[in-house]
Formats: sequence, C-alpha cells, structure tokens
Amino acid sequence: MHDIANLAANFINLDAVNITYLFLVGFVGGLVSGFIGSGGAFVLTPGMMSLGVPGLVAVASNMCHKFPKALIGSIKRAKYGQVDVKLGVVLGISAEAGVLYGAHIQESIKKAFGDAGSNLYVSVSFVVILAVVGGFVLKDAWKTYKSGNSNEEEKVTKLARWVQSVNIPGTMVYFKSLNARISVLFTIPLGFATGMLAATIAVGGFIGVPAMIYVLGAPSLMASATELVIAFVMGLGGSFKYAMHGLVDIRLAMIILGGSLFGIQLGAMGTTYVKPFMIKVVMGVIMVIVLFSRGLMVPVYLAQLGLIQTLDVTTVKILKSTSFLIMIAALLIGAFIVLKAMWQGRRAEQATAREAFEIAKI
Amino acid sequence: MAGNSQNIKKKPYGALLLMGLISAAMYTFLLLNQTMINNYTAMGGAYAFLPIATAFLFSYVHGSFTGNFWTVLGIEASKKKKEVK
Repeated sequence: MHDIANLAANFINLDAVNITYLFLVGFVGGLVSGFIGSGGAFVLTPGMMSLGVPGLVAVASNMCHKFPKALIGSIKRAKYGQVDVKLGVVLGISAEAGVLYGAHIQESIKKAFGDAGSNLYVSVSFVVILAVVGGFVLKDAWKTYKSGNSNEEEKVTKLARWVQSVNIPGTMVYFKSLNARISVLFTIPLGFATGMLAATIAVGGFIGVPAMIYVLGAPSLMASATELVIAFVMGLGGSFKYAMHGLVDIRLAMIILGGSLFGIQLGAMGTTYVKPFMIKVVMGVIMVIVLFSRGLMVPVYLAQLGLIQTLDVTTVKILKSTSFLIMIAALLIGAFIVLKAMWQGRRAEQATAREAFEIAKI
Repeated sequence: MAGNSQNIKKKPYGALLLMGLISAAMYTFLLLNQTMINNYTAMGGAYAFLPIATAFLFSYVHGSFTGNFWTVLGIEASKKKKEVK
C-alpha cells in the first residue's frame, strides 16, 4: 500500500548536533507546556523542518512527542489537584473532530493554492488569533497586576457566569474546575476551535486555555493543567492517524520527548509556586511575540502567490531567519519568566520556613 | 528524633538509578537500530501501534526517571499550595 523505501527516506540522518538541538528545544518547550498547558510545538515543527525534515513528518513527529509529554504533565499536575479530567476529556473529544476538520481545510487550501497558499493561511491564522486572544490575555494579566489583587481568587467573567446560568435539560454536566453544572453543548465549539487551531498552528492551547478561563469560568491554574488532558486526547488520536500513514519519525519524537519530560516536570512544579495570573502573563507574552514572528512571513507568502510585488532573495532570507529567531526568543522568554517566578516563589517559601523555625526555637 | 526522620524524606536514589539505566538502554537501542525502526514505522497501517506503544513506554520509564531526577536535586513542588481554590 505504501512505498516503504520512499517513506523511510523521509526520515533524516541524525548526528550529535541534531540530537542535542532537538533535546534542548524539547526541554524548553516542555518547561513552557508544563506551566501553561501548551506551547513549544510552534518552535519544534519549524525547528525540525530546518533540519530537513519534511513538513508532514515534522507535524506527525511533534504530535507523537506531545501526547506522552502531556500525559506525564497532567499526571504531575493532577497530584497538585489542578486537573479536571472530565472537562479535559469532553473538550478533547470535540478537539479531535476539530483537528480532523482543520487538517482537511489545510489539505484543500494546499490543493487549491499550493504551499504558499497553505503557509499564508497558517501565518494569517497565527497573526489574527494571537493578536485577539493574546492581546486580551495579556491585558487581563496586566490589569490584575496593576490592581494589586494578584493574591486574590480570580473573578469569573460575566460571559462565564452567563454560560454557567444557562440550563439546557439533558445536557448539563458538573465540572469540578468550574464548581458548576454547564451544558456540554458549550464545550463543543470551544473544543472544536482548539482542535482546529492545533491542526493549523500546532498549539491548540492558545484557544483552549483562554476559553476555559474566560468562557467557562475555570481558574487559570486548572485551565492550563486541564489543557494537558486535551493535548493528550488530541495528540494520541492525531499520532495514530499519522502513524497509520507511516509518517511518524519515532526517533525524532523520542529525542524531543527526552528533553521535554525534564522540562514538563519542572514547569508543572513551577505552577505551585506562582500566583495564578502568572499563567496569563507567560501565555500572553509568548502569544504576542509569536504573532510578530509570523507577521513577518506574511509578505513572503503574499509575494509567492503574486498578490504583491516579488521580494528579492536576500529580503526573503532575512525575513525567514528573523521570524525563526523571534519564535525561539518567544519560547526562551516564556521559559525565563517561568524559571524566575519559580525561583522567587521557592526563595520566599524557604525564607518563611526559616522564620517559622527561628520563632519556634525562641 | 521520630519527628526529624519524618521531616527528612528519603531521596529516591534507587528508583532514579534503575529508571535511568532502563531509559539509557532504550535510547541506545533506538539510536543503534535506526534503519530497522524507520522501516517498521514507515510501514504504517497496522504497524501504527509500534510508534504509539513506544511513546507510552518511553513516557513511563523516562517520565519516572525525570521526576526522580528533580526530586534528588531537591527541586519539588511548593509545600504550601497543595490544591487550587
């Protein structure tokens, strides 16, 4: 059925430099994912492609490292009482449908407009969604920080209060993260959008997490932890689909997993030291930086499609490299904020413990 | 004395070493048999269960190892906040 020799030729040769690079990107991606529930994939897929991995194999291999990573992350965060398994599975199922539909749209666009059309669609989705959602998340985090109420419990939005008040008989389910019964009908479009985004830009959590916080009314920590369950459900189904077509390069997936399992444990532990609004800070900052990275690529694809004047080779090269560097910067800045917040939280806790010990001695 | 020994948790050196060795052996096998592994995973179809099972196996073994790795280094979750809300 498949030309095995051809498909196996899709799998690149690995040397020590490639392995180290994938391991390190995996670590940083895992650290961010453990903290905000997703992220990392937007660097990993283009990162693998820059090593010569074909696009589809990069997407498939990324997905195959994502679900075991999300599994370990969600188990870890479940120990801290942050995971709502039921909500994760319910959203994960509709997200799976979203992934399939998103992949179908991608294929249709590719058929009609070629690679440049498909890339333009991905980049424009990045820019529009990250600008709207990322801007909103960051603004909300900034408001909380400025108000000085960052220690208080998060307020449920008006929209979430309305969603929780709607009663549609026969569809109502209790979710512990919301501490309320809501109609599962509300979860379907949210999960579907999460899956569609995952199929388009590889990071469904940029819709999934804000949707759980602002539309359903989940606390940030629980939303980001529950996103890991969604990522597991989505990733497992997606990986199986790609594996059926022989597209998963298990060596790449396991090397990235090697680094990301170190990172995800650390990121998950980090959530126990920080104030909840820090989840929004990290997510918003990454989203807004990535938006600029993808924005830079829009003129390249527009020129390839002949919609604007052709760009010269040097300009294209500069735009491509700058875009990739900004993306790596986004991930590193996110990781830095996570580590710094964790470090400060640990120091504060140790200082309190020391004080308590001194008082007990007296 | 009893209180002290309760406060000082034993670090999981044994589990770290065991899982570390198994994980290292699995990665060595993966990298030494790349051609064979690539050929199997490229077959697709019913062979799809191979990469999926591999991913689960690595996540269990390497996940236990990395978890214990941070514990042995003394990096653990905050003791204050056990639960959200």
